Amino acid sequence: MIHSPYIRKPASVQSVMLAVLLALLPGVTAYVMQVAAVVVVNLLIATVTALVAEALILTLRKRPIAPALSDLSAVVTAWLVVLCFPPILPWWVTVLGVLIAIVAVKHLYGGLGQNPFNPAMVAYCAMIVAFPSLMSQWPPAGQIDFQTQLDLVLGGARQLDAITGATALDAMRTGLRTSGASVESVLQQSGTFGAVGGRGWEWLALGYLAGGLFMLARRIITWHMPVAFIATLAVVSGIFWLAEPAHFAPPLFHLASGGAMLAAFFIVTDPVSGATTPRGKLIFAAGIAVIAYLIRVFGAFPEGIAFAVLLMNLCVPLIDMKTQPAVFGHRGSRP
Amino acid sequence: MIARLFSFHGGIKPDSHKNESSSLPIAAAPLPPRLTIPLRQSVRSVARCLVAPGQRVLKGERIGAGEGPLGTDVHASTSGTVVGLAPCAMAHASGLNTLAVIIEPDGKDEWIERRAFDHHAVPREAALRYLSTCGIVGMGGAGFPTHIKLGNGRGIETLIINGAECEPWITCDDRLMRERAAEILSGAAILHELIGARRTLVGIEDNKPEAIRAMREAATGFPGLVDIVAIPTRYPAGGEKQLIRVLTGIEIAHGKLGTEFGVQCFNVGTAQAVHRAIHHGEPLVSRVVTLTGNVRHPGNYEVLVGTPVETLLALAAPKPDTDRYLMGGPMMGITIADLSVPIGKTSNCIIAASPALFPPPPPELPCIRCGACARACPADLQPFELYWFSRAKNVGKAQEYHLFDCIECGSCAFVCPSHIPLVDYFRFSKSEIWARERELKTSDQARERFEFRNYRQEREKEEKAAKLAAKAAETRAKLTGSAAPTDAATGDDPKKALIAAALARAKQQAAAIEPRNTDTPHAGVPGASPGIASRREQPDLHDSDATS
Repeated sequence: MIHSPYIRKPASVQSVMLAVLLALLPGVTAYVMQVAAVVVVNLLIATVTALVAEALILTLRKRPIAPALSDLSAVVTAWLVVLCFPPILPWWVTVLGVLIAIVAVKHLYGGLGQNPFNPAMVAYCAMIVAFPSLMSQWPPAGQIDFQTQLDLVLGGARQLDAITGATALDAMRTGLRTSGASVESVLQQSGTFGAVGGRGWEWLALGYLAGGLFMLARRIITWHMPVAFIATLAVVSGIFWLAEPAHFAPPLFHLASGGAMLAAFFIVTDPVSGATTPRGKLIFAAGIAVIAYLIRVFGAFPEGIAFAVLLMNLCVPLIDMKTQPAVFGHRGSRP
Repeated sequence: MIARLFSFHGGIKPDSHKNESSSLPIAAAPLPPRLTIPLRQSVRSVARCLVAPGQRVLKGERIGAGEGPLGTDVHASTSGTVVGLAPCAMAHASGLNTLAVIIEPDGKDEWIERRAFDHHAVPREAALRYLSTCGIVGMGGAGFPTHIKLGNGRGIETLIINGAECEPWITCDDRLMRERAAEILSGAAILHELIGARRTLVGIEDNKPEAIRAMREAATGFPGLVDIVAIPTRYPAGGEKQLIRVLTGIEIAHGKLGTEFGVQCFNVGTAQAVHRAIHHGEPLVSRVVTLTGNVRHPGNYEVLVGTPVETLLALAAPKPDTDRYLMGGPMMGITIADLSVPIGKTSNCIIAASPALFPPPPPELPCIRCGACARACPADLQPFELYWFSRAKNVGKAQEYHLFDCIECGSCAFVCPSHIPLVDYFRFSKSEIWARERELKTSDQARERFEFRNYRQEREKEEKAAKLAAKAAETRAKLTGSAAPTDAATGDDPKKALIAAALARAKQQAAAIEPRNTDTPHAGVPGASPGIASRREQPDLHDSDATS
């Protein structure tokens, strides 16, 4: 017998995931136009890999395949893996990353909704540890034509050092480590930088921001995580920058560089592996921002968000437990 | 005056579907061929039957006498002949049966002699008793007796009349407010006086502008009595705690009643029924019911209590693809298992459901912890956490996360993108907890009985031993006394020593015995006696259960 409520909002996991994919489009468009059109090929490879992997493992687990494939969650994971990987990776690295995300992180923990870690971030961390050089090669904006990009992805032609450059974050960090360098001098020296972040890459940040605002408007995500992440990153980098402007990049640079905007709206906000209470979301996102900043500035990796996310994923049960909101009638408040 | 409105967390905005029936005036439903009037018309109380088959009754005549403090009387809803007493299905999710009086109407609809009741001329208690003899219960939801809710006439600052009607489809209160606003306010004035309120507020959702206008117009006839307040349309604004929150800002604490916060809430229908009882001497024998959904002729009808749903449905002409019927709204209503179920005092709406109007929910998908449920929950719960614990049958944890604060309004299940029937999980967990508690209670009682038996046996043994020892000592004392009379002065001591030794032995034995079927090991069996004593003080638990 069917019990009340007898009516449902016309919402579905599929529509949620579709909205996320739509929200990624402005960022992807900027990616194609500004940096590397080959990202479209990577998205295709990753999507196919994710769907095939999902179908195979569901067969192994003797679970119905159709509903899981049509919920589009695997596609979202695949796209996020691609967008946090360098675009000129050989295809098999992308495939491997997606397999790790779908098979190991998602299904070995029980499938959709069960994974304690962010699948795309585990894939990123695994790959950067396994293939540090491949995972550090980022194309400078507009320097490589599409054919070369395609050769790099499909053919694995690897005469890379000539054509790849450091990311803005990496250039800033290594630049600042040379003696006598200041933020000013680093910014002037290299052609890596644009107006506020990496040249070309800053447009991606804008695209992700636009997509994020779309998701906020559609109530796919709440404001807590993006605001806490962006604000904390700005405040922490602002404190260092104010204390020593010559040695620490300004907040805007940190926000427009690397995966900050992608993370703020699409990575940190992953509902499955993130904190869920309103206060917990603030703590979770702020924690990621702090750890990411520290790794960016003082650590050994070009970008710290992935590690920061995984570290905070570990804290989620504790955060959620300690931040349960007061239940109606338990606040004892009178106006 | 209302300074401002407050808001409650969460809530949803489902399609209201009120237009189908809101424009249709209340019409009297024709007399059904048979009335089935359940003797259980208010919570926890079945009325004692006062009639016998074959007896003629008039409309409004008492056919059941309410028993106990929560009892209210039951009345014949029309004139006719009692043709039988039989169990009938109740309009309740449990589908349980209750005893009902079956009346065959004679078609005259002849009233008993009706006399207005001057509640000013009698003490307050008499007025409350009168309401209970008129069978007045809350017509909004649970059917709680009104005379109980009116309390002791002190400590209520704010009286709230609930005209929110937040469930989709239902329009009976809307129509009642549009057409009988003056009666509602007259009833509100009586309630105001009886409860000793300082102010009275009427809360109406702002999607009922005509009702608000009608009530405001009528309010001019009761200067200074009420404030008619339009509240934002957001389900479940008509939930008692939510409405109190919106109108007064008071948050009724968990496990507390409105009265403890100086506020009490009555449905508009109840207020009108109070007016009819006091000023017209009419007991509660009918109510307005909305017939809507997948029907050709939706409408609002004045329906006699006891009218079987099936005869009522004929008025609305359900369309052929109707697959089931709901009683109440689509958010909290129940599926009617048996169409012979009679309309009761709390039956506000019958909805014909079709697969097109109420499609079966899509298959359940895994929870993605999106938190939509938590954002919709008017009780500020985290339904997805409760779902997790309920699924894992970790009912202890579910209770820790305030499972029992769930009002089962259905908002969480409504918004869930994974189509998880969250409320069903919570109902399951609650029933599981109740079952465990019942089990615990019976095992506790069994253990106490067992321990008492052990204790009694030990005590008897002790007493026997002591008696024997005393006797032995006595004979020995006699013997020694006759042999050496000089020892008579000290003869007491060996006797005492013997008794003491016997007692010590008995005690040792008692301590050595351990209760065998207990969860918590007892230090000594006599330790169980406080439990036993308390049990003795309330001699017949089972009897009192049976009669309540």
